[in-house]
Amino acid sequence: MSHNIQVIKPGVQSQLQDLGRFGFQDLGVPVCGAMDEWSHRVANLLVGNARDEATLEMVLMGPSLVFESATRVAVCGADLSPRLNGEPVPMQRPLDVPAGGQLDFGRRVSGLRAYLAVRGGFDVAPVMGSRSTYVRGGFGGFEGRALRKGDVLRVAGVQAAPVPLVDVGVAVDVAHHLPSNDPAAVAVVRVIAGEHWAHFSAETQAVFTTASYKINAQSDRMGYRLDGPALVRLDAVELISEAMGFGTIQVPSDGQPIVLMAERHSAGGYPKIAHVISVDQPVLAQLAPQQQVRFELVTLQAAQTWYLQREKTLAQLRQTLGVPA
Amino acid sequence: MSGQGQPFPRIDAVGDRCLLVGLGDTVDPVTSQRVFAFVRRLKAQPIAGVRDVVPAFTTVALHYQPELLGNAPFEALRAAVLERLHQPFEATQQAAQTIDVPICYGGELGPDLDDTAAQRGLTPEQVIALHLQSAHRVYMLGFSPGFPFIGGLDPALAMPRRASPRTRIPPGSVGIARDQTCIYPLETPGGWNLIGRTPVRLFNPQANPPCLLAPGDRVRFVRIDEPTYLAMLEERS
Repeated sequence: MSHNIQVIKPGVQSQLQDLGRFGFQDLGVPVCGAMDEWSHRVANLLVGNARDEATLEMVLMGPSLVFESATRVAVCGADLSPRLNGEPVPMQRPLDVPAGGQLDFGRRVSGLRAYLAVRGGFDVAPVMGSRSTYVRGGFGGFEGRALRKGDVLRVAGVQAAPVPLVDVGVAVDVAHHLPSNDPAAVAVVRVIAGEHWAHFSAETQAVFTTASYKINAQSDRMGYRLDGPALVRLDAVELISEAMGFGTIQVPSDGQPIVLMAERHSAGGYPKIAHVISVDQPVLAQLAPQQQVRFELVTLQAAQTWYLQREKTLAQLRQTLGVPA
Repeated sequence: MSGQGQPFPRIDAVGDRCLLVGLGDTVDPVTSQRVFAFVRRLKAQPIAGVRDVVPAFTTVALHYQPELLGNAPFEALRAAVLERLHQPFEATQQAAQTIDVPICYGGELGPDLDDTAAQRGLTPEQVIALHLQSAHRVYMLGFSPGFPFIGGLDPALAMPRRASPRTRIPPGSVGIARDQTCIYPLETPGGWNLIGRTPVRLFNPQANPPCLLAPGDRVRFVRIDEPTYLAMLEERS
């Protein structure tokens, strides 16, 4: 019952991701998962999939894919100029690809990472409970790696819930988090104070929450390195390694902060000055090297309130579309 | 916020989806026992919404889904954690399992053995003997899948990390630094002093459990010679 998608062009680091491999961080296994969880989840919703089906995460330059059979798909996140059989197609809404249809991507208009969901999901076996690709470990997703030319992806034959072809953008601005591509723009990302916030002086704290930081070219799914005013610690006590999470901002001895992303280590020993709040992690995931970010301090309570609001929005969207939870 | 000066247990937010319980501020067996006792407690009395429990040297992290913990998720989780901390922990240590890890010391498989001996004023054979005798215990796994931080190294072998880390360390390499031993499961960069190599596989994503060692395990290194190392390596593949 399954059908195939031929990879004509692989794109840059196109890889399958779901919501991550939880339950194994105590063994040192990175969570991985989609960098932009919001776009991943909306894409799955639009084709009637469960939230944890894998989507194809596409970075900067998307792939060219030929669908053997008619397939319902959705593309969310960065606008990488998707085209179906040469014609531009809308994003953030369900799309019917006819048998033999070719999906291409072109110029990057906004954001960095786009997510392709296919109705029924990509048919790859979960490894340790997840379909997320972990390239450094060489497992998960499609053969533990990014796509290559000539690969054949299978779409699961399981029928996902039928979903109307509606433009959900009318109800919810699903692309609200996409930062501007203007090189002068500074994206605001909200953070809560980290466990070692008080290891930094009031002046350094003020610098951290007012200065603009540029995303370094050495940034990837594991972490974003930032360039800007150095953050100097008050003391130089060596810390004992402990847990980190998605969005943890650690400060190594050179004072240039690193934001930990989807493929972070489970623990580390650098001071944690702050943590990017969950609802703003997708903003960061959509920023490319050379783009700028500024951090705004909020409370944990506020962060969790926004988080719960986002969950409610997604639940409403699910209800509107008639997708079972 | 900062846990400095707070009594233990210390409870911090690691972002809006992770809660960290601090149970001490030194790397020692007593603190580690407390960490594992609390992990066992969380396994016996799981908290809905918690999807990962991650022990480290002095802490236990609970990664959670706020949407499953009501309107004030962090506060709800903190209350559930405190409830589980306030019950007394069992006085007796849980019998930890002991895992034998074969190791071939020195030569090309342990390129830093001679340097370690020279720096510590020992012969290579003395370094090996002290390493074999140490009461090794896995404090935590991290850095890469299945990478164990093993405490209990004889203080006579305390070495700083190498000034310049290697960019590629072969899988199975056994390293020492400060009061610990590690084993590299995958080819990664690393800065520990490599004294030997094991032919056994530490991490296999298809296996259940995927890791040879688990936090809390005791480790007994068993010395093997190079022919045995090569034979075991061949047998594995």
